[in-house]
Amino acid sequence: MTFLNKMKTTELPKAAATAVAQSTGARPWKNVADPMLLLIVACFFTPLFLSQGGVSNLAYCLIWTFAAIGLASMWGFGGILSFGQTAFFGLAGYCYGVFTINFGDSPLSTWAGVLSGLLLCMVLAALLGYMIFYGGIKDVFIGIVTLSVTLVFETFMAQTAGPKWAIGAARLNGFNGMSAMPSLSLPGAGAEHILLEGNYFLFTVLVLLVIVYVATKKLLSSSFGLTLEAIRENPHRAEMLGIDIRRYQLLIFIFGSTLAGLSGILYTAWGSYITPSSMGLTASAMPIIWVATGGRRSLAGAIIATVALLDLSQELVVYGSQYALVLMGFILLVVVMLMPAGVLPTLKTMFFRQ
Amino acid sequence: MDCPGATFSKGLAMTLLTTVYSFLYQFGDSFAYLTLSALGLAVIFGMMGVINLAHGEFVMCGAYVTILTAKAGVPLPLAMLTGALAAACVGAILEYLVVRHLYNRLFDSIVATWAVSLITQQAMLIFAGPSIEGLSTPFNSFELGDYSFSTYRALLPFFAIAVLAGLYLLFFRTNYGVYARATIQNAQMAKCLGLRTPRIYSMTFALGAGLAGLAGALYAPTITAVPTMGSSFIVPAFVTVVTGGANVLLGVLPAAGFLGLIQSGMTAAFGQLAGQIGLLITVIFVIRLLPMGMGHLFNRR
Repeated sequence: MTFLNKMKTTELPKAAATAVAQSTGARPWKNVADPMLLLIVACFFTPLFLSQGGVSNLAYCLIWTFAAIGLASMWGFGGILSFGQTAFFGLAGYCYGVFTINFGDSPLSTWAGVLSGLLLCMVLAALLGYMIFYGGIKDVFIGIVTLSVTLVFETFMAQTAGPKWAIGAARLNGFNGMSAMPSLSLPGAGAEHILLEGNYFLFTVLVLLVIVYVATKKLLSSSFGLTLEAIRENPHRAEMLGIDIRRYQLLIFIFGSTLAGLSGILYTAWGSYITPSSMGLTASAMPIIWVATGGRRSLAGAIIATVALLDLSQELVVYGSQYALVLMGFILLVVVMLMPAGVLPTLKTMFFRQ
Repeated sequence: MDCPGATFSKGLAMTLLTTVYSFLYQFGDSFAYLTLSALGLAVIFGMMGVINLAHGEFVMCGAYVTILTAKAGVPLPLAMLTGALAAACVGAILEYLVVRHLYNRLFDSIVATWAVSLITQQAMLIFAGPSIEGLSTPFNSFELGDYSFSTYRALLPFFAIAVLAGLYLLFFRTNYGVYARATIQNAQMAKCLGLRTPRIYSMTFALGAGLAGLAGALYAPTITAVPTMGSSFIVPAFVTVVTGGANVLLGVLPAAGFLGLIQSGMTAAFGQLAGQIGLLITVIFVIRLLPMGMGHLFNRR
């Protein structure tokens, strides 16, 4: 539990940060940090009692948590409501697919595919974010611009059917989407390399989740994160204090969007397919539902809600996807009306009364 | 007309006329679509600052009610009116149950109306099935040169302008209009002067929902009604409202004209897809250059 020790050594500045936060009346999430990490680590032992299908399902649910963490940091901490998570998700997924279909399933090719997907997301998020934040687009209009971009990608990818839409050996296949890309791999003994599937894939996702969770936590409790919250609370005041708010918002936008890209890459590697409908209007609602339900200012809440709601949807899909979506809609509505802070923070204040 | 030159030049003039008319028809079509789908959203956004993501579902409600009542034997114009009124009633109910509680929580109202949209859409899929049999388009088609045009679609731009004129009269010639404008300008002051602003808000929300329903009703005879049809209205609606800005009349009219020109031009030159993508890219640039929308251009003091 080296992470826990590390957390302890940074207790002092964190206490100061908490004091600052409490004086502005925010952030009850601080103290859930460590249990969440334990929970993620506990997931490493799930293959002992879960079936093969269960492990695969858990991995699927965990894949999406990166997009949720990204959205929570943008929306809860930076005050930026982006409908673009699925655009970056799909884009990175396609990038990974094109890369690995062309260069095969060697460790070098797959991980280069991951890196190129992330890089593409960063560059595009930087471009789009520059347009948005340096162009003075604010509040709800950010949502509308990101929604338009998502729909542009979807519309474009949906019509890429036919042989003329191919990058190297990879056909984009329009509405049906791309398939048959290899999973991630690691160099094994000799010439063989290990394909990261089944349990190995779950472990890969979990390791990445631990890294991302701890890094995001650190980032958000650093002076960068506190500045971001100051901007969210009152942009004008922050600007008066000499903070270049555009730069901070751009950086967190790139950060959050790239995490959505990571989700997309892992999803593509997990299921060996990616379709334009993963960027559609309904799909782009999902990350918002999970984050709003779990608590937009609580990373732990966002992670737990993502896994729980996805698992619930998976169970209900047997009866038809409509039932799952109706239920998601109801959950979202009830949470927004009755527990605006999200389920986890509300429960925490109910039981611990800090 | 026995001189071949005259016949030729007459043929040329005819072709030219057809081409020009065909472009005007396309432009009018997309202008009407943008205006009608945007007005409801613009009223709610412009007056109340609420982004109503359930807008598409009001459109669907209008279309479904129109189709069902028209099939039950009610004459079409009356059925359309019923559709719009039904959507307005649903809007009033939604305002009472959900939106009212979220007026000062902007992001939450977006998310909540989205939830409503998701629930309605999927519940309709469960209960009403994937599609219902549509109506036949009223009036016939007329021919010009080698092309034939649908009379009803050619009339839609005029309906759109009529609705705009109706809204102008409503806002500038009635008591409700004065109250509503007072509330937008300064809700606190309006309240102090004795206006019941919550009631004005719910009437405005119902008006916006009714306008969305009217869009659905007017388009009901031309499309196949499916539970997810709202999605195809909500994107043009957003694009128009964002391009136009918060001012309902001064915003929507120039925005729909400008975007209609872009969409029909791009469609004529590069095909349907280019028209749609061009629309979405235009809105990004417009927000970048005119964050307050095109309506703001006319608002300089």
